[in-house]
Amino acid sequence: MEFIIITLVKTGLVAFILLTTLAYLQWVERKVIAHVQARVGPYRVGPHGLLQPLADVVKLMTKEDLIPDHVNKVFYVLAPFLAVFLALLSISVIPFGPAVEIFGIKTNLGLADINIGILLILAVSSLGVYGIALAGWASNNKYSLMGGLRSAAQMVSYELPMALAIAAPLILSNSLNLREIVDTQAGNWYGIPNWNIFTGGQIFGFFLFMIAAFAETNRIPFDLPEAENELVAGFHVEYSSMKFAGFFMAEYANMITVCSVATVLFLGGWHSPIPSQAGSGVFAALVHFAAAGMLFFHAMHAARPFDKITFPVFGVVISGIGAIFLAGAFVWPALGAAINGLFWYGAKTFILLFVFIWIRATLPRFRYDQLMRFAWLFMFPAALLNMLITAFFVALKG
Amino acid sequence: MSGDTFFFYAFSALALLGGLGTVLLRNAVHCALALMTSLLGVAGLYLLQGAEFLFAVQIVLYIGGIMVLFLFVIMLVNLDQASKLQQFGRQTPIALVVALAAVAAIFSMLSKSAVLLPASVSLTPLTGGNTETVANVLFTDYLLPFELVSILLLVAVVGSVMMAGKRTE
Repeated sequence: MEFIIITLVKTGLVAFILLTTLAYLQWVERKVIAHVQARVGPYRVGPHGLLQPLADVVKLMTKEDLIPDHVNKVFYVLAPFLAVFLALLSISVIPFGPAVEIFGIKTNLGLADINIGILLILAVSSLGVYGIALAGWASNNKYSLMGGLRSAAQMVSYELPMALAIAAPLILSNSLNLREIVDTQAGNWYGIPNWNIFTGGQIFGFFLFMIAAFAETNRIPFDLPEAENELVAGFHVEYSSMKFAGFFMAEYANMITVCSVATVLFLGGWHSPIPSQAGSGVFAALVHFAAAGMLFFHAMHAARPFDKITFPVFGVVISGIGAIFLAGAFVWPALGAAINGLFWYGAKTFILLFVFIWIRATLPRFRYDQLMRFAWLFMFPAALLNMLITAFFVALKG
Repeated sequence: MSGDTFFFYAFSALALLGGLGTVLLRNAVHCALALMTSLLGVAGLYLLQGAEFLFAVQIVLYIGGIMVLFLFVIMLVNLDQASKLQQFGRQTPIALVVALAAVAAIFSMLSKSAVLLPASVSLTPLTGGNTETVANVLFTDYLLPFELVSILLLVAVVGSVMMAGKRTE
């Protein structure tokens, strides 16, 4: 009974945080791209456009939900649900933090702890193509069909290098369980964190995984399935209202999943890069205080009059969060262990998400033949070589 | 009815209905999706048997890989023309007899199955690392067949690349 209650509470929390992150990731993306292009980005709805995601959700929900006459109705309706369902499913096996004990309840930070965690993520991500391919086919539109076909070919091609890039850290950790994989990356070696990307020598594996992840999530520079200037909007041309939002949500949820997987496999999961004797407990607090200080500084030299009020308010909120980390470090160690794990997991995942957005603002789109050539003639052999070399060294050591 | 029994019947129904749909539906895309449902049902049965590695591989390879390629090809085919073709030939009575004979053979095998299995085979599902067990058996007892199959697959890959390459010259 206790297990069921804890699981329900955890599931509710994770679902709430994941969906909020989904909505705000879009705000972050618009802000970052705006600043890259020397614009301000969303600014009108709420302070610094912070209520923009809410406004977008209201807009998408109240729009007319149009089902064109010429579509295959069953699959047309099924496709966006399938896309969202599969995108949200994989987060269930990601471990967010260590085993913690709060208020006398011992639990792992993460939902399901299963033996084949990483295989399940591969399986679910390989199913993800059905949402897009079915949407493209069921829409009965030449642009949609082209988008669906492109996505099917692209995702099947990039699945191979992705699986091979994942295989190398699996050989190092000798486990398919994500929690065990993180546990083998604990500690450090002469000050270098014992993560797979550093001491495991998986720097190439990491980059191969990230490139394949861009293709798997249909992000620029591999967003051929929706290429606006060739296919109008690709596989979701005929979709409107919440069904369109479903594909949008699926894309962002997939981004969060692949960044989490990269964090867990290559970047040591929730482990801090700083050894605990060097003060990893207070590092999170220092980061927050530094951010708050920066906000106070900018409030004094505000470009817009409104910022004179909003920046100090944000600064106070962020230093409050910093104070919680400080309390975790000195007053309440049990809480400290939990939130420090979450901080490092969140920070690593967010940096990778930022890279996704950064690249969207920087790179143009590939041509389709370049995309395929790159997958089969560079990614696949490179990933295979990386796995073989890793296996060779593991065999040499063992 | 316990949970396992319920799921066994649910997954079996999924597999059988999917199989029927694959044969009986007219639209080729619907057929492909029915086949996918059937494979999903079989994957569920693997999971019920505690073979979680087979479950994941079934989904990654068959549903996520091979069926996507099926769907890819079917989407390129002119479906309007294909759906006008006659679906069943005139061999229905012969097919029925053959099918019934096959079912009878399977049932007679199943009724003797306990006798056919060698005594050394344990019928209780393995506990713990299923993946490790599969790997151990594959790379020790069945190493030669495993390597032969991989060479066969390599030959198939080289052959298909050769066939595809000829046309571009």
